[in-house]
Amino acid sequence: MNEPVLLSVEDASVELPTPRGNLRAVDHVDLAVGAGRTLGVVGESGCGKTMLSRAILQLLPKKAKLSGRVMFDGQDLARLDPERLRKLRGRSLAVVFQDPMTSLNPVLTIGTQLIETLQEHLELDSLAAKKRSAELLAAVGIPAPEQRLTQYPHQLSGGMRQRVAIAIALSCEPKLLIADEPTTALDVTIQAQILDLLAREQRRRHMAMILITHDLGVVAGRTDEVAVMYAGRVVERAPTPELFKRMRMPYTEALLAAIPKIDAAPHTPLPAISGRPPDPTRPLQGCSFSPRCRYAAGRCFQEKPPLAAAESPGHQYACFHPIGIMAGAGT
Amino acid sequence: MKQDVRPSVAPKPLLEVQNLVVEYAVGGKTIHAVSDVSLEVSRGETLGLVGESGCGKSTLGRAVLQLRKPTSGRVMFDGEDLTAMHGETLRRMRRRVQLIFQDPIASLNPRRRIGDIIAEPLAISGVKDPKQRQKLVYDVLSAVGLDPSLVIERLPHEFSGGQCQRICIARALVLNPEFIICDEPVSALDVSIRAQILNLLEEMKARYGLTLLFIAHDLAVVKAVSDRVAVMYLGRLCEVGPSEQLFAHPAHPYTALLIEAIPVPDPDVRPAESVAVGEPPSPIAPPSGCRFRTRCPRADQRCAAEVPELREVAPGQFAACHHPLIPAG
Repeated sequence: MNEPVLLSVEDASVELPTPRGNLRAVDHVDLAVGAGRTLGVVGESGCGKTMLSRAILQLLPKKAKLSGRVMFDGQDLARLDPERLRKLRGRSLAVVFQDPMTSLNPVLTIGTQLIETLQEHLELDSLAAKKRSAELLAAVGIPAPEQRLTQYPHQLSGGMRQRVAIAIALSCEPKLLIADEPTTALDVTIQAQILDLLAREQRRRHMAMILITHDLGVVAGRTDEVAVMYAGRVVERAPTPELFKRMRMPYTEALLAAIPKIDAAPHTPLPAISGRPPDPTRPLQGCSFSPRCRYAAGRCFQEKPPLAAAESPGHQYACFHPIGIMAGAGT
Repeated sequence: MKQDVRPSVAPKPLLEVQNLVVEYAVGGKTIHAVSDVSLEVSRGETLGLVGESGCGKSTLGRAVLQLRKPTSGRVMFDGEDLTAMHGETLRRMRRRVQLIFQDPIASLNPRRRIGDIIAEPLAISGVKDPKQRQKLVYDVLSAVGLDPSLVIERLPHEFSGGQCQRICIARALVLNPEFIICDEPVSALDVSIRAQILNLLEEMKARYGLTLLFIAHDLAVVKAVSDRVAVMYLGRLCEVGPSEQLFAHPAHPYTALLIEAIPVPDPDVRPAESVAVGEPPSPIAPPSGCRFRTRCPRADQRCAAEVPELREVAPGQFAACHHPLIPAG
């Protein structure tokens, strides 16, 4: 907690024009990540988690409008000139996407792509860059790295491709890595390996990380803090152990309950969340979760609950009817 | 209901897959997608089939329906051999077995109205009276939780993924089948919607008296709906057993590895460090002997030399392993 703040997102909103009207993809979001810390951002498709990461990277679609500030290492990224921004991205600020096939260039060898990054940002000569590339591939657990350098992305499996994407992201020793659903396209055994790899490299490099996922199971053991997003807003934010022990936001509770439990008996009906998220081009007047919430009452349909502090430090939630301490947990 | 009774008094399974082999040639090489798999599903039962991508679980599902011709082996459905059927007989049989796919949006024709999409199987199978067709379409749409009057005139793109999956389920149910193969029916859906669809499948199973083959890569999802679970690895069956028993006491090291790799939504449970070693080898040149041996912590020389047979390790639980975690009894 005492680490200096590396990234802070302050009152950030992203609006996208669509034929059906403006879509507010990110709605007044505040977040902070300390050096070497891990923030988990959890939410379902369309909740704005990917737009938020693009806002941080300043990689929003051309027509999108960003308001608020994104402070990274003392600079406001939205105000940086394109050249400085380009230097920063890849060097201090790196990203790993969900689908490694789309983030790697299919017509260039793995080696070319790694060496290019190293030469561009670290100004290494080609021999040093090549040696460094092989070391990086070995570090992310790729066997026979020298041989892999000459291969193309299609010659590798999904897991191996994601390892290459991670090697490229880590190549310049970034201060912050944004991992956007890095394991969603992978099998469960490979997912565990990739998450372990990210955690190991993060510790070794004292790198901060934002882990974006739809799976509460993925953030539970691997993050310091979690922000839960729904319909563009952060609806609950807390240190990870606190969130799981004393969740206050009904959406977080419902999301956790809807995951099939491995220790539940077969044919146990799952507590599903009824309905679906609201249409982002037609924002609701009240709490955006109210139509699906089993605790919602009068006020929830008229007023947006603010993201307010809970009793314990670092815990915030946006709810008029927060739930009590979860039965069974925290005892 | 006529059912022959075997000496053991056990009812004959509705589906019996016997020594099924599916291989295909790609670029002069043979992919061993399914190698000598035998399993059975009793009437009213849900059998879960799990494994990583490329393990052959979807190919197995398709081979059951004869959408992919098996290289050898038999598929017995209600006592009749589907592999020996052709043309009209096979088509008639297929009405009793339906399939639900992973991507619900891609499985619906984007240019056709929902009402027509669901009525089409009826028209093909000879329900000539449009009034009767409409009644059946209305019934099945209500059953899957959609309001027929609001839905039938609309096109697939007007619906979310979860709603499209409800429509696909309705289309599968409209012919009143006995058996449904669900191939990763919820893996494209969000957590909150996934639970809705899993609950719906359970409801429909009870209401229509269905038997299910539930294919998925997510063990927790499979456990939630299955009576028994079969685990596949690189084309072969590793383990089959009652769900609770298999999850509580996995006998095959691969089953144990899959269970350990599931992320647990509890910060007090530290994720096990790198339980999984390496990646599955290519199905073009699978390892000799036990196919899992290259990633298995218990593998020795015998595993390279001898293909392990499925053996009973506990009542109803079978594992194909020379060194099972439960000693064979």
